Amino acid sequence: MTPSVATSQTILVVGGGISGMTAALEAAECGKQVVLVEKSATLGGRTATLYRYFPKLCHPTCGLEINLRRIKASRNIRVMTLAEVTKIAGSRGGYTVTLKIAPRYVNANCTACGACAEAVSAEIPNPWDYGLGRMKAAYLPHTMAYPQRYVIDPAIVGTAEGEKAKAACRYGAIDLGMREETLELEAGAIVWATGWKPYDAAKIQPYGYGRFPNVITSVEFERLADPHGPTGGKLLRPSDGKEAKNVAFVQCAGSRDENHLRHCSRICCMASLKQTQYVREAFAEDARSTVYYIDIRAIDRFEDFYAKVRKDATVTFVKSKVARIAEDAATRDPILHGVDTEGYRRYANRHDLVVLAIGMEPSVKAADIPADVVADSSGFIDAGAESAVFGAGCATNALDVNRAVQSATAATLRAIQVVNRAARAEA
Amino acid sequence: MPGDAGMGDMADLNERALAKYRNDFLREVEERVDEGHWVKMCMQCGVCAGSCPFGPHWEHSPPKIFLMIRAGKREAVLTSDSMWMCTSCYNCVVRCPRKLPITTIMHGLATYAQRLGLAPKVQPTRDFSIIFWENFTRTGRANEMRLMLRLWFKEGFAAGVKKALSMRDLGLAMLRTKRMSPLEILGGHGVKDVKGFQAMIRKAKEIEDRRRGLSG
Repeated sequence: MTPSVATSQTILVVGGGISGMTAALEAAECGKQVVLVEKSATLGGRTATLYRYFPKLCHPTCGLEINLRRIKASRNIRVMTLAEVTKIAGSRGGYTVTLKIAPRYVNANCTACGACAEAVSAEIPNPWDYGLGRMKAAYLPHTMAYPQRYVIDPAIVGTAEGEKAKAACRYGAIDLGMREETLELEAGAIVWATGWKPYDAAKIQPYGYGRFPNVITSVEFERLADPHGPTGGKLLRPSDGKEAKNVAFVQCAGSRDENHLRHCSRICCMASLKQTQYVREAFAEDARSTVYYIDIRAIDRFEDFYAKVRKDATVTFVKSKVARIAEDAATRDPILHGVDTEGYRRYANRHDLVVLAIGMEPSVKAADIPADVVADSSGFIDAGAESAVFGAGCATNALDVNRAVQSATAATLRAIQVVNRAARAEA
Repeated sequence: MPGDAGMGDMADLNERALAKYRNDFLREVEERVDEGHWVKMCMQCGVCAGSCPFGPHWEHSPPKIFLMIRAGKREAVLTSDSMWMCTSCYNCVVRCPRKLPITTIMHGLATYAQRLGLAPKVQPTRDFSIIFWENFTRTGRANEMRLMLRLWFKEGFAAGVKKALSMRDLGLAMLRTKRMSPLEILGGHGVKDVKGFQAMIRKAKEIEDRRRGLSG
């Protein structure tokens, strides 16, 4: 690896999800020097954990692969994984950024052969499956991982398991003596693209998430549908591994609620409509999806997709915010209670599985970003700061992939303007 | 209430309200009902109705009442006994995603319907409210003994005796623990300045009526 050449004309991109990757590529392909830092061990972010995109139901791997190829081909991007920004000093056009880099315990010799994972027997919950499945403590995050390099979990470093992994490696790639490093680098502008995380579903007490195994979130359901996920793509419910043919989708789980998230998370209506099609795909005419909603927010071209799902005989819509979820103790079937507001009838509906269309909140609250940014009432980055720290993607708002990419491109343009000015000043 | 001195008054109030607001019942509620300005904030999610422990016993649940108000169903709303079913458990208020003060609005609607003489005539919550109000405004203190007797005997002597017998354990326990005194039947205790207290209540009502456009 080349030594750091960051200067005031460098653009630092924080976050390696779809927005950060886009921002880095846009800047690099304009000839700018870019450092892309990512907190986890791989690029790809939440997009890499999706089974399919709406509305075309294509696979995210396709778009991710194109972006990864562009990143590999670019001489202007330096990618740093397991790196976290701890401090930002300076001002517009001249920042000094402090990074904390966690040890991977695997160096660049790794060929991703997988011998270390085979040798190790210790397992940890798989964070890319939201803990639904487990993985070896020596792992490649997922099939799309970049860099294609294994990671040794700190839990087995200093144990016999760690030594087993080291002994299995024929390339001398495992270095159990690696330590956390601190690094400083210069940047003229910063694109902050730390993305989103699902709202903590356990906080929505009446829905029983965490108490009832067959109440899961939409991001978890996405993993069930994925052939690379914990069930190999089968829609099996957690309590007994039974096929989940009768699935309830509960909209606004956390969103549009003064007690939880004030904002509309925008993607959840389309995500649930999309997921009803996973159920149909798996069980054909035996599929039963029920969407409980306040109103369906499928705007512009998404309206067509909504109209299509409306016509699907396996999908039923109930206009109601579910009041309470109970569980049948014998079967562990969730039972949904509420009143529909198209007739005001009370219902108590039994399902195999409940999917909470969970709301989005910023991964890093704007107030916790170590730079001058303006926060909105939900903790997303708002426009208007004097600094050259530009929010991009879901760090600025609840956005789908398409809009996150647009937002990243816009933020990059502003960052380029700043470093161009810095370059002219130095010339 | 037949024979009620205020009957003509109430009919008159209702006529004036009808003339003033014509078809705009939402505006009438916004101006005259406690927290009525929140009604239009309801987004019809239904979570309050589903969370209400009395849910199955209401004819119209809160979101339905809010929609009826917006639809101008004035008579159906004000003559309904639904809002009288509210037990003030506040479950709906803590669950409402828009933080509507639903309990207060329900009581506000009930109170307004009562002022206009439109409230249902046989409704236990309303009966109790009227009895309690008359009871405690007489001396400024609740008179448990008289309250109990009026409640028990409101449906006749035989019904009262039957009720008294069925409740005698509770009644005796209250006597024993001095929660209730048989001497209270003679008039009972009160605040030091009963006249001043009653003047205060009258003034408060006058101010309230003026604020709501219900006076003169």
